[in-house]
Amino acid sequence: MATRSIRYLVLGVAAMLFLVPFYLLLRGALSTQAQLVSIEQWTWFPSHPEWSNLKRIFTDSSVPLGRSLLNSAVIAVTQTVLVLIISGMAGYGLARSTVRYANAVFYLIVATLLIPAAVTFVPSFVMVSTLGWVSTLRGLIVPGLFQSLATFLFRQYFLGFPKELEEAARIDGAGPMRTFCSIVVPNSLGFAAAIGTITFIGSWNAFLWPLVIGQDQSAWTVQVSLSTYITAQSVDIPGMFAAAIVSMVPLLLMFLFLQRWIVAGVEQTGINE
Amino acid sequence: MTGAAGRLASARPASPRRKWTDSPHLWFWIFVGPFVAGLVVFVVIPIIWSVWLSFYDARNTVTPTHFVGFDNYTRMLGDSAFRSSLVTFVLFALFIVPTTFVLSLALAVLVSNTRAGKAFFRSVFFLPTACSYVVAAMIWRESLFGGTAAGLINTVLGWFGVAPIAWLSVVHPPWYWLVLVTVRLWLQLGFFMVLFLAALQRVPKQLYEAAALDGATGWKAFRYITFPQLRATSTAVLMLLLVNAFQAFDEFYNVLTTTAGYPPYARPPLVYLYNVALGNGQDFGDGSAGAIILTLIIAVFALLQGRLTGLGRREV
Repeated sequence: MATRSIRYLVLGVAAMLFLVPFYLLLRGALSTQAQLVSIEQWTWFPSHPEWSNLKRIFTDSSVPLGRSLLNSAVIAVTQTVLVLIISGMAGYGLARSTVRYANAVFYLIVATLLIPAAVTFVPSFVMVSTLGWVSTLRGLIVPGLFQSLATFLFRQYFLGFPKELEEAARIDGAGPMRTFCSIVVPNSLGFAAAIGTITFIGSWNAFLWPLVIGQDQSAWTVQVSLSTYITAQSVDIPGMFAAAIVSMVPLLLMFLFLQRWIVAGVEQTGINE
Repeated sequence: MTGAAGRLASARPASPRRKWTDSPHLWFWIFVGPFVAGLVVFVVIPIIWSVWLSFYDARNTVTPTHFVGFDNYTRMLGDSAFRSSLVTFVLFALFIVPTTFVLSLALAVLVSNTRAGKAFFRSVFFLPTACSYVVAAMIWRESLFGGTAAGLINTVLGWFGVAPIAWLSVVHPPWYWLVLVTVRLWLQLGFFMVLFLAALQRVPKQLYEAAALDGATGWKAFRYITFPQLRATSTAVLMLLLVNAFQAFDEFYNVLTTTAGYPPYARPPLVYLYNVALGNGQDFGDGSAGAIILTLIIAVFALLQGRLTGLGRREV
């Protein structure tokens, strides 16, 4: 009995601590500048929420918030869809192919998995600038399409996929591509949703690569715009928090509706055997 | 494993007719080719290119002609700012990896033993995963650890008569570490808690029943049953944490950069490399040499950690 109350006490305090930053975000976005910088009086929550903060940030000329939200959406959606197609097909090929070098190719992919992506940002930048892709959507999207982890996970998943279903299709005369599209894909949507949500979150929240590549304002992502607010020590603190809330809306909606798949995706990334 | 399974599947030919589309080589490359081609162009070639650049004088150019041998390496290692960034990373990793590991495992054990409110607690701890490092850095810097009396923590300290602390600009004591470490803990704990929760569910219940008969409950059950059963997940988590710590950039950059630039302290390797290779200098030779030194360091760390935690050992 005693241990149970202690457990709930610890969990309750931890949960409150975890929610404080979200509270501060909401408070910041709905307060006035004066309330936020006052050193005399801490305002727990503004009695008259400043909804106008949310409108004002879209007309600020120094940070192109609308444009960068659009860029982020295009990048995240394209990367998610293409990673699922490219890694899904590669994973299936690696799991099912009979060619002798399939395992050698697989080990090559695993080797690149062990190199932290951040180490390659200097060399990747060299490549992308040689291609003339700096400050373009291509430069932001294409280098992120070849995710060894996603391919690895798809391969592991397809190794466990029931082969009987594919056999049936093959007996009906379907080639590998038709078997893949009409049998394997429709039966793997749950797994794809898990990998897809994790890819989308990573893409939406990415910072280092967009910072390196998005040198012109027209190619900024939403994270780069937010960072500009922070590091330029913007005088508009409520506007900054309002922009942060707007940037989180897509992911919070995903969390509301897709939490099952997100949790499933996280669980997948930890299974390395 | 793959090979055997695959060979079995294709042992039965689908159709008696042989067409050009029956070639297994063709099908392998149709499925795997796009991925491998992209990987070669955007990962493998850049890495090789970078090794080559690291031996050349490559200021403002990616096609240098002036071979300088190990000069870039000796210059990087002789640069006290680069060396101090390596020390920064090692200290940061030594602290954040075990702390995140212990706290996320503790949360997972607490949540998994809870009946009422389990889904609620899991969601609350997991919610920060939706937040980017940039947004978290903003909240920490401008509100939670605001340097004046307008910050939440300074407000709370003020109730006890403590004068406001300038969290980010004081070097003695280095309060900025408290800010940087708590950002990362808040963002990471829920993610790793979910990994441990999944692993805890896979521990067979009979083990606990048998142990309870022998009088092992509570801490003893955790020490002798739960923890050994989590070994595979634990090694994976440690590996992910180490790689994540090594890639630390976002929160450092966004918490500490001011209009005057990045301060001379708490500079992790990626922030340093970002400034050398892509800042005003655009010195790709030095930048590449630095990246390779870092890759070697992470490899040594990974090997040591693998040894310590028995990653290489075969599971029974």
